[in-house]
Amino acid sequence: MKAFTYERAGSPAEAAAIVGRTQGARFIAGGTNLLDLMKLQIETPTHLVDVNHLGLDRIEATPEGGLRIGALVRNTDLAADKRVRKDYALLSRALVAGASGQLRNKATTAGNLLQRTRCPYFYDTNQPCNKRKPGSGCAAIGGINRSMAVIGASDACIATHPSDMAIAMRALDAVVETVRADGATRAIPIAEFHTLPGDTPNVENTLAAGELITAVTLPKPIGGTHIYHKVRDRASYAFALVSVGAILQKDGSGRVAFGGVAHKPWRVEAAEAALAQGAKAATALAFAGAKPTEQNKFKLVLAERTLAAAIAEARA
Amino acid sequence: MHGPGEFELSRRGILVGGAASVAMTAAPPIAEAQEAASAGAGAPVLARVTLKVNGKPHTLELDTRTTLLDALREHLQFTGTKKGCDHGQCGACTVIVDGRRINSCLSLAVMHEGDSVTTIEGLGTAEKLHPMQAAFVKHDGYQCGYCTPGQICSAVAVLDEIRAGIPSHVTGDVAGKPAMSAEEIRERMSGNICRCGAYSNIVEAISEVAARRKA
Repeated sequence: MKAFTYERAGSPAEAAAIVGRTQGARFIAGGTNLLDLMKLQIETPTHLVDVNHLGLDRIEATPEGGLRIGALVRNTDLAADKRVRKDYALLSRALVAGASGQLRNKATTAGNLLQRTRCPYFYDTNQPCNKRKPGSGCAAIGGINRSMAVIGASDACIATHPSDMAIAMRALDAVVETVRADGATRAIPIAEFHTLPGDTPNVENTLAAGELITAVTLPKPIGGTHIYHKVRDRASYAFALVSVGAILQKDGSGRVAFGGVAHKPWRVEAAEAALAQGAKAATALAFAGAKPTEQNKFKLVLAERTLAAAIAEARA
Repeated sequence: MHGPGEFELSRRGILVGGAASVAMTAAPPIAEAQEAASAGAGAPVLARVTLKVNGKPHTLELDTRTTLLDALREHLQFTGTKKGCDHGQCGACTVIVDGRRINSCLSLAVMHEGDSVTTIEGLGTAEKLHPMQAAFVKHDGYQCGYCTPGQICSAVAVLDEIRAGIPSHVTGDVAGKPAMSAEEIRERMSGNICRCGAYSNIVEAISEVAARRKA
């Protein structure tokens, strides 16, 4: 690990200002992803700004009938919140499908959205990786790419976003609230938050330098049956090969977002109109233009079958 | 960092203990020195932190890079907590901080100013075992024992989490109360890996404590 200086910020705006003006500075919240990457020198911050004691750890009702989730709310606390379990069960289910109990006790809502990929070539500093070292190439494209993206990838990067929580947030139309280094605040719809790799896979979201997530808001509940199906190599404590986060209504309509398939949570609103016709029709539209590799083309079949299982469960 | 007293202890270990204790006592400072040297232009940064470990406060001057795990093991000699993967994948380093289990390897000591840390040494003693320790002994919930302190800290917290109604991946209705079942225990213990494969006995040990405390 490279040496770094450390400070506790006094307020969210101060934290953003410090990170905005300090070369090599990073925020640290739960630290479960950042410290892992720092030990491997994939992340090498020279200054850490601790945002754990800024009062961003509350879940509050919004005037619109939704919930405002503080950026520092731990994954365990979010999954266990009574309102979330009752009205946004998809979010609870996605959270408890991810990581381990120990990690969920530390990992935060904002940190979960900002997780880096678990592409093995991103983690292997002996290999080229455009995400880790822009311009160095992509070892995954010609390598072992069974776990990689099947859609939305580029010639520069085929990594996936690892988060389960983000899949639920995408299906729930969450909004990310931030404060920027100059103190200005803004709200970013989750659909516009994560980015596709394109030529700059090192850029993973639309946050500016020093911009700090302060909360994630959920609109008022939409009812329906909430299902999160995660298919992985182990029964627990493994990243998704494919996951399906679905909210299905009695009339056959619904929403669906897919995990483990792209550089961001994959939701195609136009494909949801076909949900009433079944999983085959909906996945055909959601994955139109997919470019899987020989090793990961199974994900397209798996996505359809996983969605079919979710639809069957909702109808049962 | 290490005070003069600890350094003398290390020197003494080298002088009187022979090769084996050289490796045991000298290894941590050497590892830290190498880490500091590889930092290049960024010189090591020291910070003061006070941790309450097993009920007793300890003030340390640490390199900011020191994890909670290394602070416990190398600076406070609470060596019951083990370093397995050092990347949050195995659970051997699990300790309970302010009532919640965490991977101490993925947390910086300086971020725990004023926090209460419970390690395996704080749960029970050789003379007075914690009920979970006694159950692990009774059910043979280990072979080599390396993962055991983490398994036991995790298991104690798991039962509290189920009682608190925190849902898991196998909870049928997330809005309802999770069951105190072997299935729930297995899922919630998935962050603690046992290379010897003592899992079935571990589940039996935890289940016995769960049933006893439920009654």
